[in-house]
Amino acid sequence: MLAQQLVNGVLLGATYALFALGFTLMFGVLKVINLTYGFYFTAGAFAALFFTRYVVASVWLALPVAAIAAGIIAMACDGLLLTRLRRRGAPELSSLMVTVGAVLALNSAAAALFSPDIRRLPVGLVSVESFNFWGVRVTTAQFLVLGASIVLVGALIWLLRGTRVGVAIRAVAENPEAAGLMGINTGRTAALVSFVSGALAGAGGMLIGLNFNAIHPYMGEEMMLRGFVVVIVGGLGDIRGALIAGLMLGVVEVLTAGYIDSGMKEAVSFAILVLVLWTRPSGLFGAPKLRRA
Amino acid sequence: MDLSWLDDFLWTYQNVIHSVGINGLLALSMYVVLAVGQLSLGQAAFMGLGAYSAALMTLKLGWPFWMVLPLSCVVPILFALAIGLPTLRLSGVYLAIATVGLGEVLKALYVNIDYVGGALGLTGIPEATETWMIYGLLALAVLAFWLVARSGIGRAMEAIREDETAARVMGVSCFRYQLGALVVSAMLAGIAGALEAHSTSLISPGEFGFEPEVSILSFALLGGIGTPIGPVVGAFILTLLPELLRGMADLRLVFNGVIIVVAVLFMPEGLVALRLRRRSA
Repeated sequence: MLAQQLVNGVLLGATYALFALGFTLMFGVLKVINLTYGFYFTAGAFAALFFTRYVVASVWLALPVAAIAAGIIAMACDGLLLTRLRRRGAPELSSLMVTVGAVLALNSAAAALFSPDIRRLPVGLVSVESFNFWGVRVTTAQFLVLGASIVLVGALIWLLRGTRVGVAIRAVAENPEAAGLMGINTGRTAALVSFVSGALAGAGGMLIGLNFNAIHPYMGEEMMLRGFVVVIVGGLGDIRGALIAGLMLGVVEVLTAGYIDSGMKEAVSFAILVLVLWTRPSGLFGAPKLRRA
Repeated sequence: MDLSWLDDFLWTYQNVIHSVGINGLLALSMYVVLAVGQLSLGQAAFMGLGAYSAALMTLKLGWPFWMVLPLSCVVPILFALAIGLPTLRLSGVYLAIATVGLGEVLKALYVNIDYVGGALGLTGIPEATETWMIYGLLALAVLAFWLVARSGIGRAMEAIREDETAARVMGVSCFRYQLGALVVSAMLAGIAGALEAHSTSLISPGEFGFEPEVSILSFALLGGIGTPIGPVVGAFILTLLPELLRGMADLRLVFNGVIIVVAVLFMPEGLVALRLRRRSA
């Protein structure tokens, strides 16, 4: 029983980590809390839904479609809403406010357009058979989610650590002005980071939609709370922290649901968030940093 | 003079009149935090805490409304302290994140706790709110904020909003002002919640989530935060507009969201771009 729940928790946590990764990457490089991020998640799930229903019912094609569609939307949102503020050197709360307004408009428009009903990916998209490992049951969908998460996280780390583009991204994260003076095109780097983050959110949206078999316009909004908890507990902008915190959150949620009450999941994760803010505001794994004005 | 038409009018439109005033109070509670350069997205959550705690005091404890109304700000203030104390020492994004999270979490809790009525919420709350209470409080709050804005405290708040570092160099305790503003804001929102609960006689979790929260921000930004009047005017416009244009009810939230985007990108002063007049120091 406990083993089963730990496994479920880790599998759930893998999707949380995937979701939070793009969010924390966006903050780390662009220094913006972008609340439209939840919308990219929803957009990815819907892109996968329409693709599998009307084009080809294939998981392997739907995943990149969801990621690319969400990535393009993310790039467009960033270009339309945030580039202007970035150029003006506006305070971080201005950009946060813009994304707050934008996400309300986008979510409400999506709900009006697609109706708030719960939709499901086509039956038979993934086989419903499950595997049994010493009494622990794992479904094909869960395997797929875990595999895809590992591949995507690996690809992200390779992009950031193993390529010239990654060096540019990390340079912009460190100091955009100096990076610009060194000949890095900061505008293009910002667009690329938006695309990558959006793609991670979109892939996460499809995978969660697959795992829970439910897709609706407000799924991104519900997911944002998990995103906040993961990025704060892991440390804002800290990719390794987000990975560990994501897995931990998944396990905590499953254990809370199993041993206390499934209605208390959100409250427990939020209590963890507040506790971390009180005790270790730079995240569980980050070095304590003094407030710089 | 025969004023019965006024009675008819007030009676017919009582709900709208109440919600216009209550939204005005909420806009002010957003204003006071924005005025110290912070962004709290917990106004709807604080309002919900006030509404639920007030409704429970009335329904389960049977306390009279004159006692319930002032006490309805206690729970919101406690939550504001629990969240404000750690986050206000950090950069502004932490308060925003923690307050959005608070709203989402409370919504989930209300739905899951049967004692507070679950997803259906609480019903049968006696209608104890009178129109004069709402507008009296609103007038009082505007007046108080106006006087504060003209005083030394107002100068300090403006200094913090314009440039926190410079304000601190001048010896202004940013943390203390910001925490004070958050507490006042939670208090106002809590009382607005109690008024709302005792005006519509029913409350449900959905009224205090992310959408109403962002709508409150749109009130403040449409009006502009140069003066306390601006946010109230913004709230009046954005509450009455959907009433006049019934057809666009679906698009009300889209509209509120777009207003925030446009306000921040193109008209940072807001619609009511009044400047506070002060004697030169």
